[in-house]
Amino acid sequence: MSVTTLSAPAVTGAFTPDVFQAHLASLPELPAWWLERKRAAYARFAALPMPVRTDESWRFSNISTLTLEGVNVPGAAQAVPPATIGIKKAAKLIFANGRLFSRELLAADLASRGVIVDTLQNALVKHGDLVREHLLTQPPKLGSAKFSALHEAFLADGAFIYVPKGVEIELPIGVFSYAIGQNTAIFPHTLVVAGENAKVTVIDYFGSEADDQVQLAIGANDLFASHGAQITYVGKQDWSHRALSFQSNSTIVRRDARVQSLNLHLGGRQSRHESLSQLQAPGAFSEMLSLSVAHDDQEFDQRTLQLHQAPETKSDLLYKNALFERARTIFSGLIVVDPDAQKTDAYQSNRNLMLSDDAEANSLPGLEIQANDVRCTHGATSSRIDPEQEFYLQSRGIAKEAADELLTFGFFEEVLNRLANDELHDALRNLIRTKFKK
Amino acid sequence: MSTLVIKDLHASIGEKEIVKGLSLTIKSGEVHAIMGPNGTGKSTLAKVVSGHPDYTVTGGDVLLDGVSILTQEADERARAGLFLAFQYPSEIPGVSIANFLRAAVQARMAEGEEIDATAYYKRLYAKMDMLKIDRKFTSRSVNEGFSGGEKKRCEILQMAMLEPKFALMDETDSGLDIDALRIVSEGVNTLRGPNLGVLMITHYQRLLNYIVPDFVHVMWDGRIVKSGDKSLALELEAKGYDWVKKELAAATA
Repeated sequence: MSVTTLSAPAVTGAFTPDVFQAHLASLPELPAWWLERKRAAYARFAALPMPVRTDESWRFSNISTLTLEGVNVPGAAQAVPPATIGIKKAAKLIFANGRLFSRELLAADLASRGVIVDTLQNALVKHGDLVREHLLTQPPKLGSAKFSALHEAFLADGAFIYVPKGVEIELPIGVFSYAIGQNTAIFPHTLVVAGENAKVTVIDYFGSEADDQVQLAIGANDLFASHGAQITYVGKQDWSHRALSFQSNSTIVRRDARVQSLNLHLGGRQSRHESLSQLQAPGAFSEMLSLSVAHDDQEFDQRTLQLHQAPETKSDLLYKNALFERARTIFSGLIVVDPDAQKTDAYQSNRNLMLSDDAEANSLPGLEIQANDVRCTHGATSSRIDPEQEFYLQSRGIAKEAADELLTFGFFEEVLNRLANDELHDALRNLIRTKFKK
Repeated sequence: MSTLVIKDLHASIGEKEIVKGLSLTIKSGEVHAIMGPNGTGKSTLAKVVSGHPDYTVTGGDVLLDGVSILTQEADERARAGLFLAFQYPSEIPGVSIANFLRAAVQARMAEGEEIDATAYYKRLYAKMDMLKIDRKFTSRSVNEGFSGGEKKRCEILQMAMLEPKFALMDETDSGLDIDALRIVSEGVNTLRGPNLGVLMITHYQRLLNYIVPDFVHVMWDGRIVKSGDKSLALELEAKGYDWVKKELAAATA
């Protein structure tokens, strides 16, 4: 274990060695490699300092409100809130406080086609090699090494989705992760492995039992798209408005594969999202989409990395934030093109719609290009509602508030329109609508 | 029978007075044309009456069926029965015409009352058929990437759906070629009737070949300086605005 000299002290907060031991004791017998990795992760977590204001990867983030104190790791919950956004699914996994609550395999032919929709706990036993190959194998590069280590150390259970070569699942697979109870800390995880030319859509839901519960959520997902595979991933973050959340995504895209991810950020008092896409072979394409509806004092902190490691790869990032009241957003994105990743086509755009004079949007777009034959564009804008558009809508009888809502929807539509599934598009649209009615 | 009465209206943008004591009464079923050279305040008049926030009314009144609307926001005036057909309609990316009109129809319903989607689409399609507009039009974003003619047809469709008491049509002919002008005029003529009063603002006489007005007014320097029937438009066409200017100078000399 290397020890770095940093001014901030390493803190474990509520996650003391005793709590870690109790966590391990609560789990079924683990494969040796996984137990070893969890122990190493805990040691890393304990040794790493909390972020400090001067860390470049935490620039503009509110550091003073990051805390690991005052939470605990509860056992299984007895009930979960009703969860549906009203779309048909092939399978559902529902987790509460990191433990499986219920599982439904709705499409009868999933198993016969070799599709696995199971818990990580089961997969560790039954499909150990697959899990080992893909679970949390990419080192965190975007600043949250300490929290990622904590996630790995305390990860109890999560979703494991495997779609074998050539199998296409039309209906989405839903994973629900709930934090139940005051002061709950949870560590949700979703691992998606799509074999060659496989096709799958996964919807990851994150929610709390009640909107006033103080909670800590440290989640992650791994998306792996083999040659020619297509993964659509939708993350719906709707934690309690008093939750502190960290979510990190690692996407690996192989030859001619395509991953589309759309993260919808709605909940949490302070929510950091880190997303890393690695384009590893020609024809790989990662489309990274995000929408945030930021209200009150919410802070949404988004850090992204588009890593082009092979020629003729493509990435397209579009992050849009609508900011109300005193909300804050941070977008920091980097496109890195390796020296031999010629003919890279990379795009990065962050657009902020300011619906309040007191809101604050920070943008730090970045490029690091080491190849000479590439097309990379990036940009960031912040704008207000256009008064002429607003007047146009008002002149049709639509009140100012409803006009602004419609214009904000219009602003989001560019992202929602990228979804090929109309049902999903409409469901997300309706979901966002509920966030306008206070 | 409704009336729109503009009484000695004065309006400014910033410190600059643009409408300088304009009076005009329009009744249901009438089509009035306001003509005048550029910069005389024609478009400003339309915006002031419809409630654009950039303009300040410094005197006079505007009454819709006897009720002053000057303290109302633009959306209240619209719900009360005014419609402004824009010279340059805004583009609203990401908002389809169907959803936009739905919001406008919903806005006219009582609080808590929900729109009947089936009935709404039935009515929308009936209006589109009447105006000979392709149904695919409704899924396009409002005015985004539209040609000049499409934008104006979109305005006419909105007018047809919202069934105003009075329509203020600001330079409806601007930017249109003859074919587009004919199509748009046909739309207006289709909507023309005993329940609709129209105020058409135009720079050119040619629009009036397609939409024949009952009254023609000449606007000059923020006021109406001459009124007549449709023959006044032809006289203007023949003699030019300088004729009005000279007459006016003679009268005030």
